[in-house]
Amino acid sequence: MDAKEIIARRVALEIKPDTLVNLGIGLPSMVANYLPPHVNVFFQAENGVIGLGARPPEGMEDEDLTDAGGGFVTAVPGAASIDSAMSFGLIRGGHLDMTVLGGLQVDERGYLANWTVPGKMVPGMGGAMDLVAGARRVIVAMVHSGKGGAKIVPKCTLPLTAVRRVSLVVTELAVIEPTEAGLVLRELADGVSVDDVRAQTEAHLIVEATPAVMPLA
Amino acid sequence: MKQAIKAAEAAAMIPDGATVLIGGFMGVGSPHRLIDAMVEAGIRGLTVIANDCGRPGFGIGRLLSGGCISRAVMSHIGLNPECQAKMIAGEIEVELVPQGTLVERIRAGGVGLGGVLTATGLGTSVEDGKPVVEVDGKRYLLEKPIRGDFALIGARQADYIGNLEYFLTAHNFNPVMALAAATVIAEPHHIVPVGVISPDAVKTPGALVDHMLERAP
Repeated sequence: MDAKEIIARRVALEIKPDTLVNLGIGLPSMVANYLPPHVNVFFQAENGVIGLGARPPEGMEDEDLTDAGGGFVTAVPGAASIDSAMSFGLIRGGHLDMTVLGGLQVDERGYLANWTVPGKMVPGMGGAMDLVAGARRVIVAMVHSGKGGAKIVPKCTLPLTAVRRVSLVVTELAVIEPTEAGLVLRELADGVSVDDVRAQTEAHLIVEATPAVMPLA
Repeated sequence: MKQAIKAAEAAAMIPDGATVLIGGFMGVGSPHRLIDAMVEAGIRGLTVIANDCGRPGFGIGRLLSGGCISRAVMSHIGLNPECQAKMIAGEIEVELVPQGTLVERIRAGGVGLGGVLTATGLGTSVEDGKPVVEVDGKRYLLEKPIRGDFALIGARQADYIGNLEYFLTAHNFNPVMALAAATVIAEPHHIVPVGVISPDAVKTPGALVDHMLERAP
């Protein structure tokens, strides 16, 4: 199982029945593949649909039904199409139960940087700042460390997405919960030690007891 | 009853240097025939306010490649490398705005409000230079209203008096933008007799629409 699948399978367990959830583009969107059966969840795509469904059969795509990455999707029974004001009203207004986003850096305050690397990558924040500021729970799904080194750092050096403490960070090595006191190591992936995680983490990690083994959907 | 006009006639109304709001999300729900006519007409120096810059050769990306844009106010340009390159080279000026803030600023401009108070962007680079207002102990950024000289709206169908109906994820910024410009030009896929669009399905009342393109060929 590769890193991304481990992450997606762990995040899937965070999705509660009868909730409204926004999945970011890329790795976060993989979470939908591992939902436990009969979890009645509605996925919101911020471009304007509640009740996002899988990709349609070839030849049955509609130009007016895409996800926030512009890819063709379907809509599930009970879906609603909404405009951008309603879509972001749901997000900012606290009506979105959870969002899952990718990350470039998370720091000891639980702050997330995920929208730009100045001078290298300036895609724009899209809906990320609204999602992190407004969703009830924010889950960061990202590989533990990247080409540039550690991604879980004492203090973000990249521009912040928001000054809101995210709810949970899920990587292929560990589940980390940002708290008032700092980053608490809650779970370790099967076969991974606390030292393994520390070796790839620049931030201070609080280890309260023996972390649980990360369950996977 | 409105007269249906040709895309070239609509494009001829838009002078160099105009500020145009353009509906669509990654080209979904954008007025594509009008965009092509604007490129054909060789309009220069536009300020384009839109969710994104489309892709190279698609949607608003065509206006960019056509050299029509000098300034862009958008939430996301990441899927159009040409836009990022022109921004970094200083050929165009880009103001990046969080998506939910962008739509509310346009809504404020369209509905006669003096601005928007939002927590999105607090503590980030988006806050730079903006007043922070405290209301009942909570901090918000003051974001100013946006209006355009023209709003270019993509719709699924229009009736003879210009009532507009949108489909699925092609609503996005269109209904809000139709409120926020001196001149509103709608590009419907279909034009149907008055009464075909149910009053409950009208998202943009015909009273807002100044001009309507003839039906798609």
